[in-house]
Amino acid sequence: MYDFLIAPFADFAFMRSALYGSLALALSSCPVGVFLMLRRMSLTGDAMAHAILPGAATGFLLFGLQIVPMTIGGLIAGVVVALGAGAVSRFTIQKEDASMAAFYLISLALGVLMVSVRGSSVDLMHVLFGTVLALNNDALTLIGVITAITLFTLAIFWRALVAECLDPLFLRSVSRFGTPVHFIFLALVVLNLVGGFQALGTLLSVGLMMLPAAAARFWTVRLEPMIALAILIGAVSCVAGLLISYHFSLPSGPAIILSAGVIYLASIVAGTRGILNSRVRHHRHRTA
Amino acid sequence: MTEASLTFRDLTLGYFSHPAVHHLNGSVARGSLTAIVGPNGSGKSTLMKGIVGVLEPMSGEVQHNDGARVAYLPQQSEIDRSFPARVVDLVSLGLWPKRGLLGRFTAEDRASVSKALMAVGMEGFEGRPIDTLSGGQLQRALFARVLVQDADLILLDEPFNAVDAKTVGDLIALIKRWHGESRTVMVVVHDLDLVRTHFPETLLLARQPVAWGETRETLRPENLLKARRFNEAWSDDAPWCEAPETAAHAHPHRHDGRDHHDHDHHDHHHHDGPAEHLHAGSGKA
Repeated sequence: MYDFLIAPFADFAFMRSALYGSLALALSSCPVGVFLMLRRMSLTGDAMAHAILPGAATGFLLFGLQIVPMTIGGLIAGVVVALGAGAVSRFTIQKEDASMAAFYLISLALGVLMVSVRGSSVDLMHVLFGTVLALNNDALTLIGVITAITLFTLAIFWRALVAECLDPLFLRSVSRFGTPVHFIFLALVVLNLVGGFQALGTLLSVGLMMLPAAAARFWTVRLEPMIALAILIGAVSCVAGLLISYHFSLPSGPAIILSAGVIYLASIVAGTRGILNSRVRHHRHRTA
Repeated sequence: MTEASLTFRDLTLGYFSHPAVHHLNGSVARGSLTAIVGPNGSGKSTLMKGIVGVLEPMSGEVQHNDGARVAYLPQQSEIDRSFPARVVDLVSLGLWPKRGLLGRFTAEDRASVSKALMAVGMEGFEGRPIDTLSGGQLQRALFARVLVQDADLILLDEPFNAVDAKTVGDLIALIKRWHGESRTVMVVVHDLDLVRTHFPETLLLARQPVAWGETRETLRPENLLKARRFNEAWSDDAPWCEAPETAAHAHPHRHDGRDHHDHDHHDHHHHDGPAEHLHAGSGKA
């Protein structure tokens, strides 16, 4: 048991780094994922992940596999797409799903064009699919900073964010926070996806954001427990994924996301608001 | 003349250059209880949005008392009923004007939320998820939120829709309580019997005010007939509406009885002073 669960982390520094990095990511991106899900923006996360890819790839092509330029590139691409799509949906009749799709497709095509012009590389696979087992100190620091910023921002804007989700028109009638809080939230999404791509790749980082959130939805009807549970599910997935990856020589990123996927599928069936419970309990009723 | 809670100065509100409320002038007295009536599409909800400030005027302005708190209950609320919130969370949103983004909720705040729920007959519902409420229960909860907001000016847009008779009675009692507390209350209502029984003042709207004043006077048959003849439709080739007194930098504004606008939102010229567009009954003491 010790050999299976503890030894890999005790014996190898790269496993410890991977563990710290992915746990910090879970702490940071799972709450963001819960809000994304509750705002029916789950696919927005996916679109944003695609939008970030060209920026990160550009940084990679210009400066090689270095964390700072790739992160900055990803941030710029993500912010441009988020602001552009958000602004179009706020100030025109077009809804956010359509404007988001338009902007991320433009961004993605631009990125693919740039990559093909500059020639591809095996290392680019790292951008796409991540290297959680090769997180260096710079990357860990970055993830730590992103986690701190995210938790601090969520704590400050919590009430506005909840009000904006629950009753946006009310928030607009009592304060001017409505539009700013929406953009702050989108910025957090971008930040967490950028933080995640070091570890999981641009395409899979959204998985650690959305799957634990989607799974937690089946267990509770309260926001705070839902977020705590999402973080827990995310953390368990990270540990499980890393161990599976270590023992069976599988790529770590997909192993983490698939672990979360298994928990999600189990939650659909067994959750307190899942299939079994709602079916079984449906015919039993109280007198009032 | 009593002190005004709200003053409209040549207020025009609308969408895509078509006015929904056209050149409204007048004021709402502080502590008054006004029903807003009119056919569908006559600008009632638009007027409320303009007063709250979620819709920018095309021209003219709404002047509020300094520091007056406004509570607004929209007709089509944008509440996400699937959001994992309890009744108490929803009602506590009403504490926003008092506590803002970061202020802590005190024991007193929590007591005011419980008292409000009790006042709308929903004690014991605190912990219920909002997606389990019926339409009428949700409306009561929203009235509780208005109570918690403790506002000077209360705007209710068709609050009696899809609500049973008992609930209507309870809600009317609350409105009268607010009126008794010298708050200014404006309510969009369709049931004219309700208006005649409970509302001292009425604004009859059909894009422009048809009549505005004492309820019995406003709801006279000839006024109602005039409102009923109101043409709800826009037409895209309607002539521009010109403001005669500001010829130098006028918003084009021609009247042909159907009143269409092309106000430029980025144009910062305003009609200064009272415009020459006083329509029948648009002024009010």
